[in-house]
Amino acid sequence: MHNQSISELGQALRDKKISSVELTQYFLDRIKRHASLNSFITVTEELALQQAQAADQLLASGQARALTGIPLAQKDIFCMNGVKTTCGSKMLDNFIAPYDATVIKQFNAAGAVTLGKLNMDEFAMGSSNETSFYGAVQNPWNTDTVPGGSSGGSAAAVAARLTPAASGTDTGGSIRQPAALCGITGLKPTYGRISRYGMIAYASSLDQGGPMARSAEDAALLLQVMAGFDEKDSTSADQPVPDYLAELNKPLQGLKIGLPQEFFTADLDSDIAAAVETAVAEYKKLGAEVKDVSLPNLKLAIPAYYVIASAECSANLSRFDGVRFGYRCDNPEDLTDLYTRSRGEAFGQEVKRRILMGTYALSAGYYDAYYLKAQKVRRLISNDFKQALSEVDVIMGPVSPSTAFAIGEKSGDPIQMYLSDIYTVAVNLAGLPGMSIPAGLVDNKPVGLHIIGDYFAEARLLNIAHQYQHVTDWHTQCPPGFE
Amino acid sequence: MAWETVIGLEIHAQLATKSKIFSAASTAYGAEANTQACEVDLGLPGVLPVLNQHAVRMAVKFGLAIDAEIAPYSIFARKNYFYPDLPKGYQISQFELPIVGIGHLDIDVDGESKRIGVTRAHLEEDAGKSLHEDFHGLTGIDLNRAGTPLLEIVSEPDMRSAKEAVAYMRKLHELVRYLGVCDGNMQEGSFRCDANVSVRPAGQTEFGTRAEIKNINSFKFVEKAINFEVERQIDVLESGGKVVQETRLYDANKDETRSMRSKEEANDYRYFPDPDLLPVHISDELKVEMQSEMPELPDAKKQRFMTQYDQDAESASILTSSRALADYYEAVVEQSGSEARLCSNWVSGDLLGALNKAGLDIEQSPVSAERLSGLLKRISDNTISGKIAKQVFDELWNSEASADDIIDAKGLKQITDSGAIEAIIDSIIANNPAQVEQYLGGKDKVFGFFVGQVMKETQGKANPGEVNKMLKEKLKR
Repeated sequence: MHNQSISELGQALRDKKISSVELTQYFLDRIKRHASLNSFITVTEELALQQAQAADQLLASGQARALTGIPLAQKDIFCMNGVKTTCGSKMLDNFIAPYDATVIKQFNAAGAVTLGKLNMDEFAMGSSNETSFYGAVQNPWNTDTVPGGSSGGSAAAVAARLTPAASGTDTGGSIRQPAALCGITGLKPTYGRISRYGMIAYASSLDQGGPMARSAEDAALLLQVMAGFDEKDSTSADQPVPDYLAELNKPLQGLKIGLPQEFFTADLDSDIAAAVETAVAEYKKLGAEVKDVSLPNLKLAIPAYYVIASAECSANLSRFDGVRFGYRCDNPEDLTDLYTRSRGEAFGQEVKRRILMGTYALSAGYYDAYYLKAQKVRRLISNDFKQALSEVDVIMGPVSPSTAFAIGEKSGDPIQMYLSDIYTVAVNLAGLPGMSIPAGLVDNKPVGLHIIGDYFAEARLLNIAHQYQHVTDWHTQCPPGFE
Repeated sequence: MAWETVIGLEIHAQLATKSKIFSAASTAYGAEANTQACEVDLGLPGVLPVLNQHAVRMAVKFGLAIDAEIAPYSIFARKNYFYPDLPKGYQISQFELPIVGIGHLDIDVDGESKRIGVTRAHLEEDAGKSLHEDFHGLTGIDLNRAGTPLLEIVSEPDMRSAKEAVAYMRKLHELVRYLGVCDGNMQEGSFRCDANVSVRPAGQTEFGTRAEIKNINSFKFVEKAINFEVERQIDVLESGGKVVQETRLYDANKDETRSMRSKEEANDYRYFPDPDLLPVHISDELKVEMQSEMPELPDAKKQRFMTQYDQDAESASILTSSRALADYYEAVVEQSGSEARLCSNWVSGDLLGALNKAGLDIEQSPVSAERLSGLLKRISDNTISGKIAKQVFDELWNSEASADDIIDAKGLKQITDSGAIEAIIDSIIANNPAQVEQYLGGKDKVFGFFVGQVMKETQGKANPGEVNKMLKEKLKR
């Protein structure tokens, strides 16, 4: 059952072959059985069964929609009314959100069931899920390796079939990189496509929620519910939401694929390069044309990203001060002591590092040299993509320079860790939609294919991914031990 | 040495929107602590601000009224600092590219007009309040005020005395109330002032080092605080010291300013554009719309009152000191059909006097323009005398009756029947031969005695002019 797609599960529910309560209980049991993956921070068992009961009533009355009664899990970055929402941090270990994020509201309205809240790097800062206060998450393909991050819990849980699909968020690759490392399908939509309201902010101008699923079709079903303008988020796009299923089966004849030469350098693992080339060859068979393109400023993306993201996070995380919610140190002597100890004791090292970097970059005398310069680089990178996407329909390449690395391997070396974002951060800087789909295994570890499209071209990306998944079976491969 | 004072003011005017600048919570004053702070105002994780367009419209209206440049494109920035009543750890404000650019305001001081430059005006959110009393050594936080829209209006350092500063502040206060963009309530903190004060030797062109005096909440205190600060700085300089650039606090109880923090201790606010908010675009259409909603402004109204209602500058200033008072006056002129001067005497004399005594605003006047007009009609058509009218006014103030009802009920109508008055005069002359003799003998003062007798006999209801005329005739020497 856990290998069925969302549309198959939905059909089974509507045909009364199974109830939502049974389906939910099934996944809750699976979550318990595989608790050692550490992919969940909170399992909302009671709530899930209540929601499943309500969904069964809707199903009985024939009012069901695509996600009615389907169990899902949410990255613990989305506020959920009455549920602990930690963002992977000790700072929010005691925080019960008093309201629903817009994304959660939309899933609730669609009748979906929430199994629980998924592990993640602390405040979404990390590429391995090792910065979580709740501990590292194991990659189901090899439990000694990381699942990637920051949506590592989401990717691991979907790959291990603990949930049919999950939400994730992507600020510099946090959906695509873990999707690649765990062999699932992840979509980071265009900036503004999905409301950020209630999604705890890391870097506001880069953060974007998105679906993580086993197939493009499942991802389309989730995106359909998540996307849309939200009057509570001024940066959400006031654009109609297309039918993401409608174009899935469009033939790819004449599709123009661009391969940026900057993606295929010595830094890229040769096996991954080979897997990407094989995938591109598959697209050629489907009628696509391939062309070289250039992203000349790509090498500036990592420094620009870490300046902008850190600057924004330094302000976004100021509200965690021990005054109104979250962690407060014991017996503060005075106000300064309250601030410094609450923040000092509750934030992890990576979060502190980024707050410090961001504070520095915004300081009087450094602002022009760092923040403004990074914004200029950001425009250059956007222009590079615009130029490339005027020549081709989509850009393809690797998601991550390597497959899943060992837990602990890079956690002591932040620069090495940051460099693993090289192919993903530029897409966030430009605000473009990007996808990772399973495209092979190297040493039994998944490899992702990166597909980058034009603004609001999510339907096109899903179509391109779906056509590939129609002729390949990488996306149906299950990690050993989780069949 | 002769010293010159240089003053610039930063005024925070709370915009009169119903909801907050970035959330839907109410801005009403005086609610129980923390009952008007929603998830956005509390800065909960995940929340986002959404700009209140009414605040934008009010800022544009203000900008047009001071003849300022309205930025076609302006942006919000985060001003970062930690304070318990600042929920997000940053204040959303404007730094580069404020919504209102360079403008000006003309003030009158001692009959001289002076133009004061306005550097900029920008939109921002207010912080909450820290309550240091009642919590036994702890601090309470009330976030009802957090997120209230403010327009910070920054002047050029164009003022040269505390008097000019107060005139500018009053003028601005009058203007924002005219525009309806701020209720101007200073007790509730709707209109607050920070003053930048420095002194320099007369004739020197460079500015001296300034001190910023924070949060002065009345016209009187602005004047006192500046005067104290000027004296203090002169004393420092004359005794060979240097003025330190710092923020100071005015203590009204002690009438002095004290140092809060020096420039070295000042925060680095690390302003940067707020990524949660889109840039604000002001279209020409919006400007045209705001211009069309623009009321007649105080200066223009004053000029019109001087010509249309034959008022001198002082009287016109009083009558136009608020839009409500000016409207009241014009309603009285129109409804009573009386002479404009009679109306202004009553409105700025008796009525304002009574209101001041009772501590009321014109909006709270127990005597409406309609009821006052009813009274003035009866003065104009000689139904009652001016003296009786004061008696009727007191009744108007204390009851809800109309002037006519009061006049009828109390029988206060002037006796206009000259036959009746003549009979009374004849009897008084007949009963007071001694006084008649004195008067005829040349004692003019005695005439008043006869007038008094007639008024007494008629209970003040005889027309004094008529009585004088008839007495003069009867007592012809």
